[in-house]
Amino acid sequence: MRPLSNIFSKEVRELLTPATVLPIVVLAILFGSLGGIMGDVGGEASKPPIIGIIQQDDSELANYTAMILDSESDVVYKSTDIANIDEGLKAVSSAGGTALLVIPQGFGDDIQSNRSGTIRVYWIMKGTGMLDTISSASLDGLLGVTDKMLSMYILENEDMRASVNVTTALNPTIKNETTTFKGQTLEGISPSSISATLSSQNMVVPLIVLMVIIMSGSTVIASMGLEKENKTLETLLTMPVKRSHIVIGKLGGAAVVGLLMAFIYMLGMSSYLNSLQGSAGLNLSDYGIGLETLDFVLVGLSLFLAVVAGLGLCLVIGVFARDYKSAQSLTMPITFLAMIPMFVLMMKDFATLPGAVQAGLFAIPFTHPMMAMNNLMFGDYTLVVAGIVYEAIFASAMMAVAVILFKKDILVTGRKKKREGKEVRTWPRRR
Amino acid sequence: MAVKYHGAGVQLKAVMVKDLTKSFGTFQAVKGVTFSVEEGEVFGLIGPNGAGKTTTMRMLSTLLQVTSGTATIFGKDLVTETDEIRKIISYLPEEAGAYKNLTGRRYLEFIARFFGNGEDVEKMVDYGISLSNLADRIDDKVETYSKGMTRRLLVSRALMFKPRLAILDELTSGLDVISAQHVRRTVRDTTKDGTTIIVSSHNMLEVELICDRLALIADGRVVEMGSPAELKDKYDADNIEEVFVKAVSP
Repeated sequence: MRPLSNIFSKEVRELLTPATVLPIVVLAILFGSLGGIMGDVGGEASKPPIIGIIQQDDSELANYTAMILDSESDVVYKSTDIANIDEGLKAVSSAGGTALLVIPQGFGDDIQSNRSGTIRVYWIMKGTGMLDTISSASLDGLLGVTDKMLSMYILENEDMRASVNVTTALNPTIKNETTTFKGQTLEGISPSSISATLSSQNMVVPLIVLMVIIMSGSTVIASMGLEKENKTLETLLTMPVKRSHIVIGKLGGAAVVGLLMAFIYMLGMSSYLNSLQGSAGLNLSDYGIGLETLDFVLVGLSLFLAVVAGLGLCLVIGVFARDYKSAQSLTMPITFLAMIPMFVLMMKDFATLPGAVQAGLFAIPFTHPMMAMNNLMFGDYTLVVAGIVYEAIFASAMMAVAVILFKKDILVTGRKKKREGKEVRTWPRRR
Repeated sequence: MAVKYHGAGVQLKAVMVKDLTKSFGTFQAVKGVTFSVEEGEVFGLIGPNGAGKTTTMRMLSTLLQVTSGTATIFGKDLVTETDEIRKIISYLPEEAGAYKNLTGRRYLEFIARFFGNGEDVEKMVDYGISLSNLADRIDDKVETYSKGMTRRLLVSRALMFKPRLAILDELTSGLDVISAQHVRRTVRDTTKDGTTIIVSSHNMLEVELICDRLALIADGRVVEMGSPAELKDKYDADNIEEVFVKAVSP
């Protein structure tokens, strides 16, 4: 058994290295965090929606409708005066609520006159992430239930059954929706339709950023690994060229190759996603939501700076690559850094995340181009500009660190490990 | 051997190294090396593995930072004028490689563009090709080259732009006898154009063949210096290998 255990322990030692274990740990943490967010949303979905009600109509049907809504939701504001809409929206919004419902004057009369009664829904949209519309979907469901219960109430009431025709009795209410989001009022659309329209963008933009970062990042790290593996780095470092030019040259080359590869990849991916999304979305430009030329410049700048920042980080990491194989494992941290904001922002809007998560995401330069387009569409320039400033600082710092490292011995001698007080050089082994 | 004078009769050495040291943390790889090299000279650094030859060469090539001591290359300070020094030196590491996906010609062009433009590049590349003796294979990818062919390409890369100082670590490392002889001849011929050479080698025969003077290095220190003939005479030895053994023996 000794030779077997010898081979077994050697294999375990070789395979169980920080480079193999760390990615799994990070992945576990990532999924754990996502699970936490999903759990919170699940909890939110099971809670009654927080709403406000303005009931102008005092008819039997209006009272019954208000009673159902009251019993199945958490009503934080009640009024009978339509002039109090702004006050009601404020109260619901500050309570973290979903919508203010208005049962207008003539609601009951309309139904009894064979016209569906209108419930005006003033949605308070929190974010564009998939999970941000859970609460509005929950209220949407409640409005559907209310419609059915009102229908049964009419059908069970002999007097009403006699006066209301079947079509109206089966569908006694209709919704008139208005959504407020980031200070803008959008009439005739609900948060879920906005979210569905933006979902393609919410998927594609982070994917583009992710692909650009991974493609160009792995190119630059691999380039460093190959320089060391092919023993060309020392020659390059003795050429009459400034260290900063080597850094910029490597970053520039990797950026072009990465952008090209990501562009080709995304051509296929966007075609695939568009075929899935179909024509489900709205044309948001009809509602005054769109991007101006300046917005596109800001999105482009944000993406460019994220790529430069990412490549700077990759070059710094690449300094520690011993060869091509080790370079490949070093791309994992970059991949995770890009995946974290992608997953989180797909699910939740930045604005609806807890402060600590917001701070963490803001610190990742790749987050900013992922959310820039959405923020600019709704006129939120502050976060985008702050992100661009941060990315510029991060990119400059990374490039400065890369240039400094290119001037240091570590690039030639490799990193040192301290073991029991003795220094062990990991690359290269000879002096 | 030509000795140049600079200014009012002050002799300008190609390389002047004084008390050069290099430490990696608590480990001192070079412990105060002092030597000078005349212009047009082939100067050998010889010693066993771990003696500090490569570290010294890497410092002179601006690859490693100097811990203490001074060094000048054609009057330029190694610490403060690194950019200027890189324009006039060429370094060939022992385990150097070339970009495998380039052809030999493209590799030489890539390097030549660091030292010139247009016609200068063409001239350097043509000269490099002639030095390499690779003939038609120069247009094949480097990945198809044998070890000897790659080394010949790298030696020609190091010498094609006629650097004022070429630092060649283990010049003929891994080469067969024929290739090694070709490389040695190439290096020796280059000095006729005024290029100064510092070469390290384990091969004592090679050292005797190409070096005008040499320094024996052991444990990070220069233990002996002189021409091969002087050293053999001093130690009453038949060859440099014997000199080395006698010089480092306690």
